[in-house]
Amino acid sequence: MRTTVSNDKDYRGNVHELSRNIMTDWMGQLKDATQNPVPSAYLMISGNCVEILRCFDILPVFPEINALQLAIRKNSLPYIIKSEEIGYASDNCAYVKADIGFTMCGGVGKEGTIPKPSIIVCNFVGCNVYIKWFEHCAQMMDVPMIMLDIPFLREDAPSKADIAYVVCQLRELITRCEELTGKKFDIDRLREILRYSARAEDGWSRAKELCKNRPTPYDAYFDSINMMGPINALRGTKEAADFFDATVKEYEKMVADGIGVLDDERFRVVFEGPPPYPYYRNFRNLFEAWGAVSVQSTYSTVGGTWEFGFRHDADHPLETIAEQMIVHNLCNRSMLERYKQIRTYVEDWSADALVIHSIKSCRLFSAGQGDMREYFTKELGIPTLMVESDLEDPRYYAEAQMKNRIDAFFESLQYKRLRQGEEAART
Amino acid sequence: MTRKEVVQQCRDLVDLLPGEALAEARKKHPDVGGFGVFPVYAPVEVIHAAGLMPVGLFGAGDKIELSHAESRFQSFICSIAKSTLELFLRDDMKDFEGVVFSSICDVARNLSSLVTRNAPDLYIEYLHMPQNMYSGETLNYARAEFERFRTKLSQRVGRPITDEAICESLVLYNEVRALVRRLYSHRKLHPTSIAAADVYAVVQAGTRMMPEDYAPMLRDLCDEVEATEVKPRDGVRIVLEGAFCEQPPIGLIDVIEAGGCIVQDDDLMIGWRLFDHDVESNGDPLAALSQAYVSSSVYTSVRHDVDKPRADGLVVRMKQSGAEAVLFAPAKFCEPALLDYVLFRQKLEEDDVPHLKIEYEEKMWTFEATRTEIETFAESMLFD
Ligand code: SF4
Ligand code: SF4
Repeated sequence: MRTTVSNDKDYRGNVHELSRNIMTDWMGQLKDATQNPVPSAYLMISGNCVEILRCFDILPVFPEINALQLAIRKNSLPYIIKSEEIGYASDNCAYVKADIGFTMCGGVGKEGTIPKPSIIVCNFVGCNVYIKWFEHCAQMMDVPMIMLDIPFLREDAPSKADIAYVVCQLRELITRCEELTGKKFDIDRLREILRYSARAEDGWSRAKELCKNRPTPYDAYFDSINMMGPINALRGTKEAADFFDATVKEYEKMVADGIGVLDDERFRVVFEGPPPYPYYRNFRNLFEAWGAVSVQSTYSTVGGTWEFGFRHDADHPLETIAEQMIVHNLCNRSMLERYKQIRTYVEDWSADALVIHSIKSCRLFSAGQGDMREYFTKELGIPTLMVESDLEDPRYYAEAQMKNRIDAFFESLQYKRLRQGEEAART
Repeated sequence: MTRKEVVQQCRDLVDLLPGEALAEARKKHPDVGGFGVFPVYAPVEVIHAAGLMPVGLFGAGDKIELSHAESRFQSFICSIAKSTLELFLRDDMKDFEGVVFSSICDVARNLSSLVTRNAPDLYIEYLHMPQNMYSGETLNYARAEFERFRTKLSQRVGRPITDEAICESLVLYNEVRALVRRLYSHRKLHPTSIAAADVYAVVQAGTRMMPEDYAPMLRDLCDEVEATEVKPRDGVRIVLEGAFCEQPPIGLIDVIEAGGCIVQDDDLMIGWRLFDHDVESNGDPLAALSQAYVSSSVYTSVRHDVDKPRADGLVVRMKQSGAEAVLFAPAKFCEPALLDYVLFRQKLEEDDVPHLKIEYEEKMWTFEATRTEIETFAESMLFD
């Protein structure tokens, strides 16, 4: 039985508002910087070292957030097409295409909303497309690029050589930041910033922990986006730390009052893969119609897997940043580590099923997800649904087909439950 | 061996599956184990010094049906990932000790995980090769990565892999690479002295033989090719770019030439011939390999060098080989190649260099459409 979605229910509550406020504020700074240039740097989300830039008052700019916003505002397609005109393939990551198209159309620079960066800091954390994307930005805008090569986590823990390599590159980055800004590196300032980071990370973890409750106070896939901006882009600021304090307070109250994000939470699922931003609300509704809520998601951990305990440590500033970049984020870990992460989510967050949203653009996430489905259904016996579209390109979202699959999946879950209930009653 | 014999033997070898190629090598080296090397960079010396034969793992072409792998990798993933996985799911790699992958792209990385899960008895390694060539720690890091590989491989085979043994392998592979460079250099001057498809087969066969057996063969071939009188023919002199990982079917290379192009240089199997000069083989061999990777690698789409844009590399490759046009041949769905195409194209257009893009899949078997495209391209240039 499907339930109707109540359109007037503001399930995102205050947290959405709070998040929007601080993110809008930062975007205002970006817009200002197009007219009144200040030192700014491009950076990627996954396992970033925004704290170092912040230490020099370098304004961080994230092209991924730009791409995301274009998609969620349903503006991505013209830019994607613009990029395809200059040679990008239909199979390339559409985040890159949307951002580059936007740049070509004047979105970056004096007439746009995003400042042309003073430097490009390529934190190569997991995703190989990051390197190409930033090579293209550097080339097209004629901006110097700095490479931070982060060794992939290919053993249980990083080696001394891995850490030494990253720390050395961070020191080299610091020298470049000193040259750019004319400011001397102040380690105490960095420590202070890292303390703010750790406070935000505490809040993140606590919020994620609260989703273990039934009902869950927020949807850990669709609503996590409200926390992802602050933790990834604004980490290290007092505003982000305060935001998380307020967020936790709100969710704790919901839990104490027994209020969930859905009125009737019937299925708890774990989500794997990024969402289809161009159809965010539509996609969400397809699950909500079944009373299905996400209690954990892998996508929310692209920047950091804080819920497993890691905190930036102000006593070891560069080492801790290096460790976070190498170890404690989803992108720099193997598929098999992701299987473990999902399994922990399913077990510890009491989920009924796994939903894999396979993204054509993003091979980092999607390549091989068929094997993931095989592992979860066949080896662990966890019901798994796999659907396919894109995170940026609206042309790959086929709602009717998507709906059929989702409905069929939850129908069968519901049927299974009924059967189990009948059997339990009989015995 | 005569040129004809060499080419035939090589063509036969590349037609085999990796396990069959290993079985072939075992006729002469009964005790040798096999170790798969997924593109791009091939750390062959360490493997060879472990008493194993490094075997290039370039998928399975059209030689097997995909019955399991297609449900593991989605439709938008390159063929090499699927057919490579299929080899493991079919148990075709059971005579191998393991496989090494390197950090070339997101697909290869995930593939290494899938292989690890589905071939639990093998030793699967993933090397993160440096992408920052200029950090004060780059060389130490790279050396540590080679050392990690040596240690784990040695644990797997149950015997030490000494510096001396690696140096000996370095001498052998230096010789092989020098011969391949010799063949390529000769072709640049006399591109019609050997068919591009033959060069392709010969170089690929080198990824399926012990270097000690391959080098003499290759030397015979070079001697004969160099001594052959060359009849020039008309055609558009091209550099083939984009085929650094998944390898095209040999028929495609034939079609490129039949369609009116003359291949002056290419990036086929580039990871096996990455260094532009010999690697130092007296001293610390892992430090030497690191140094070579950092400072003597030719450009590829999977190695970033902040000071040396690949588009400049392509222009140099064109100039040095006397090419007048570029044929981009990326594997279908190959993200690094398709992304690089954008900057390559931009550069070539600035410089007014003609270029054509043709995509391929390893299991492609009909080339008519591609042939027409190539012919049209070649004609437009020849009769311009
Ligand atoms: S491939 Fe995925 S992780 Fe990489 S830039 Fe694209 S969307 Fe982001
Ligand atoms: S063909 Fe391209 S995308 Fe596929 S594994 Fe090789 S480099 Fe990666």
